[in-house]
Amino acid sequence: MKEFEYAAAASVDEAVSLLAAHGPRAKILSGGTDILVQLREGLREADLVLDVKRIPELTALEFDSARGLLLGAATPCYRIYEHEQVKRAYPALADAARIIGGWQIQTRASVGGNLCNSSPAADTIPALIAHAAVCHIAGPDGRRSVRAAEFCTAPGKNVLGRGELLVALEFPPPVPRSGARYLRFIPRNEMDIAVAGAGVWVRLDPTGQQIEEARIGLAAVAPTPLEATEVAAWLAGRPATPESFAEAGRMAQAIARPITDMRGTAEYRRHLVAVLTRRALADAVGRARGVG
Amino acid sequence: MAKKHHLSAVVNGEPVEFLCEARQSLLEVLRDVLHLTGAKEGCNNGNCGACTVLLDGLPVNSCLVLAVEADGCRITTVEGLADATHLHPLQQCFLEDAALQCGVCTPGFLVAAKALLDKNPNPSEQEIRFELANNLCRCTGYDKIVRAVQHAAARLREART
Repeated sequence: MKEFEYAAAASVDEAVSLLAAHGPRAKILSGGTDILVQLREGLREADLVLDVKRIPELTALEFDSARGLLLGAATPCYRIYEHEQVKRAYPALADAARIIGGWQIQTRASVGGNLCNSSPAADTIPALIAHAAVCHIAGPDGRRSVRAAEFCTAPGKNVLGRGELLVALEFPPPVPRSGARYLRFIPRNEMDIAVAGAGVWVRLDPTGQQIEEARIGLAAVAPTPLEATEVAAWLAGRPATPESFAEAGRMAQAIARPITDMRGTAEYRRHLVAVLTRRALADAVGRARGVG
Repeated sequence: MAKKHHLSAVVNGEPVEFLCEARQSLLEVLRDVLHLTGAKEGCNNGNCGACTVLLDGLPVNSCLVLAVEADGCRITTVEGLADATHLHPLQQCFLEDAALQCGVCTPGFLVAAKALLDKNPNPSEQEIRFELANNLCRCTGYDKIVRAVQHAAARLREART
């Protein structure tokens, strides 16, 4: 790796002032599983690597069934799926955290880092969309919040401006009769990047037979992770049946704008996104009913 | 000359102090500064797991950790598994069950498997394959590795009762 300076900020204010002073020549180090590879391979360059893991707010994991989840931007993935209450309350998030790389990646990599890397194929972002996560951002002008669904703007690009830092992700409290699921397709069993992915969340009516509300996020079928608002709106009020799930899959397919690359053709991705949406809905409904 | 950072850590139970540059990975420092050459550089990008070490008890790819990040941490490498007279049961079972050929992946497998058995003393075959998915072997085809881990797990459970 080329030479750089290293600093471990002790507070959000210190991190923001260092980021503002160095501009794009400063790179934030959370788990490091993307940025260190990019620096080593010369895909990105840095004068300053700013470690944010010593800032307590950045490694928080605070769950309260009435207030929801506050997840520090640098909190490693394994802490999500090892936390029984969080795993139950945000199952699509736990699904994604469990399949990013392998165990050695999950002990370091963070959901916030996955979001800031802003890959269209990122596994956690459809889950963040499904769970209606909100990003808390600190910058030279103070703090602001952005819906996770609106965070990414292009492949590798996001809404963070000069001097801005993603501090935490906030998730609304779990509601009764809800369930969620993230599924992706990869040609191997583990350790690969999604050819396509779907994260869904549903809330059922008291009979458990009808969908009252849904949210869907799709991975690797557009330049950014995609929020399938049309599909989610269509699902509200529909029966929770295989026919509805299949139609939702076809609708997800219709809004997908995939490209052909080394991982798959556009045609293959359109096929996959319908299958994954259908299956993720079936699983999420199963979880909402307390089976699975 | 790049600025050197003065760090301290506990490596395989021994307190150590060392100097390193910010850009040096934990793997580089373990191998080139501390001369612990058990952890191997395979891919240097987090895919192969040959550089796996335990950082505060958790498995990490040491190629994806800066040495400066490990300041004040406990590090266990494959050199820390055996005691003065006995191999660790995992090492003994890898030998008995021929779970290696060229051996380059073996230190990473041993360290990751130790972490697995520390948290789950009786893992199923599927759990072993899932948790060790970040360790690649291009020689043995994994079956013997999985069996050696199960064998070591049984031996460790027996030793505890």
